[in-house]
Amino acid sequence: MNKQKLNHFFAKIPKNALIVFIILIWIIPTFGLLVTSLRPIQSINNSGWWTALNPAVGSKEYAQNCEACHGKNGDLIPTANLADPDLIKKYDRSVLMMPSLKREINGQPHMGNQEIPDAKVVADIVVYLKNISGVEKMPRFTFNNYLDALVGYRGTRTYAQDCADGTPPLDIKCNISDILNPRGMGRSFVNSLMVTIPATILPILFAAFAGYAFSWMHFKGRMLLFAVLVGLQVVPLQMTMVPISRIYSQLGMNGTFLGVWLFHTGFGLPYAIYLMRNFLGSLPKDLFESAYLDGASHWTAFYKLAIPLAMPAIASLGIFQFLWVWNDLLVALVFLGGTKPVMTYQISNMVSSLGAGWHLLTAAAFLSMLLPMIVFFSLQRYFVRGMMAGAVKG
Amino acid sequence: MATKPVPKIMQQGKVTPYYYLAPALVLMFFFIVYPMVNTIALSFRDKTGIQSAATTCTPGKPCWGSFENYHYALTAEFDTSSAATIWKTFWLSSYGNTIKWIIFMVAFTVIIGLVFAKIVDGIKYEALSKAILFMPMAISFVGAGVIWKFVYNYGSQQIQVGLLNAIITSLGGKPISFLTTPVLNTFMLIIVGIWIWTGFCMTILSSALKSVPDEILEAARVDGATEWRVFTKIIIPIIMPTILVVITTMVINVLKLFDLVYVMTGGNFNTDVIANRMYTEMYINFNMGRGTAVAVILVIAIIPFIYMNIKRFLAQEEMR
Repeated sequence: MNKQKLNHFFAKIPKNALIVFIILIWIIPTFGLLVTSLRPIQSINNSGWWTALNPAVGSKEYAQNCEACHGKNGDLIPTANLADPDLIKKYDRSVLMMPSLKREINGQPHMGNQEIPDAKVVADIVVYLKNISGVEKMPRFTFNNYLDALVGYRGTRTYAQDCADGTPPLDIKCNISDILNPRGMGRSFVNSLMVTIPATILPILFAAFAGYAFSWMHFKGRMLLFAVLVGLQVVPLQMTMVPISRIYSQLGMNGTFLGVWLFHTGFGLPYAIYLMRNFLGSLPKDLFESAYLDGASHWTAFYKLAIPLAMPAIASLGIFQFLWVWNDLLVALVFLGGTKPVMTYQISNMVSSLGAGWHLLTAAAFLSMLLPMIVFFSLQRYFVRGMMAGAVKG
Repeated sequence: MATKPVPKIMQQGKVTPYYYLAPALVLMFFFIVYPMVNTIALSFRDKTGIQSAATTCTPGKPCWGSFENYHYALTAEFDTSSAATIWKTFWLSSYGNTIKWIIFMVAFTVIIGLVFAKIVDGIKYEALSKAILFMPMAISFVGAGVIWKFVYNYGSQQIQVGLLNAIITSLGGKPISFLTTPVLNTFMLIIVGIWIWTGFCMTILSSALKSVPDEILEAARVDGATEWRVFTKIIIPIIMPTILVVITTMVINVLKLFDLVYVMTGGNFNTDVIANRMYTEMYINFNMGRGTAVAVILVIAIIPFIYMNIKRFLAQEEMR
């Protein structure tokens, strides 16, 4: 490598370091969430996710204090076989283990001339012994959090354990119907889909009609109406919720999917029409002119010409609206609440309620991100286009 | 006003356009226009929406009559005993916090977005790097809130499972309760906002950067301009209109920001913002009048941007 090339190489280091630094900040928090969601509950609360690949809890302490006599697998002394689950069950907490360390065995101190470790170390050793004896197996990674989150399990162990022992909480039945438990993410996944699909299709449908009229029809006040529509795009949701929820409660529409569909449709329309009109209006004029000369009506021109040509715009709009509705919390909170909890609602509830720990929260959050991530990485091009076309949205 | 000509032959029927427009217009009228008017009306009423807001005045205290809800919305958060306490409490109120959000979030999203767009421009992994930065846009604020709440997690015991406190303690520092320590907590929330929205700014600014003609840049470089001068004196002025669009869009987004604060702190510990306060007044305190008054204040803050949007749109139409 000659000098010039070398200089060039070094000149690029600060720039590349900056890129790597920014990217790490953007990836690490999400990665940490993913790793945490896959760890067993005890590990989550006892150690950071970045230690997930470290040696098992207590293995170091065990090696220091116990391994010399009890052996690597704990079974070297047959009368005190630490790999025996029945024995370990009697000492499954550090307060139970501690006295046995202080007790004399055959007239000798249990630990010989070694110092007796403190409670924290003993606790770690207990965890380790429970793990190797099989009293409480602690795998490095598990899907139990996802299962617990899906069925809305809020017990003290795991759904799988409770169901295996036949001691599930009251609202758990241990069969496939658990997936629709009102407290679970499975049910709210279905609710999110129920909300999102119509709330995506309806605005696109109406926007296609209106966008066509705005670009290829002549009527009085066309520009004025459209300028108003551009202004409506940035009206905050908060400005309209109170009267709508009052009307909905009179009509008995609070807590119904229909109410949320209509609200999202009404609110999504200004942006959707804006996008459709800009796209349809940029199509060549000759195309429509010749269609009319051939005797086509507006209706034929609309669904045979405009709609097929507008497919890229419809795709962009569809993905954008889908993610917008899927990720929405405010509308779901006000109009659906707990009657038909969607995923964002369920998670925000878990954040504030004491019953849900990080194991449930991380798994639930990742479940709610799954579909947006798939949509984003497979259809990124359309999503970016839909987002940028207007650059503003209520 | 510019009107795009529609070919004569296509002007069939006076009623036909309204068949196409009717569903959208009806829905927008019912869900946006009418409720806006109604919200304004409700902001002058008490919590039931029946009596005038004047009836909620406390005897012996200043009263703004029908504007009593605005009196409450504008002053309740402040300690009005002296100018100094007003100033101090203002910066801890939802208004002060919203201003902090606007200044820091907009500045950082635009600067990081612009710098990132520039330094990844043309590198081998440009598309991948940009996708990573943009990814938070696809997930919900709620999801992002959980992600960062975990990063900020404050363990009361010895073990810190939150990344940030683990770093601090490993460097010998004391763990910090990021989300409950006033002033600091709002900035910790703003960091999450920056994390979410930078990708959006970056994407728009990146496409603007790419549209700057190469010849101009080459000419400047031939004349001996450094890369820094090319960037600040040529590129930035050329893409300035796009930067302004991004800034206004971001200001609107920040003003409406609700989910993040709701999920991460619920607006407690002096982290409240206008949009969350409206929700609290309306659906937690069930005070319709006060909630709508806050909403009207929010919309008044947004009106300049509505105006700018329409103006920009009309200018674009002139050019079509």
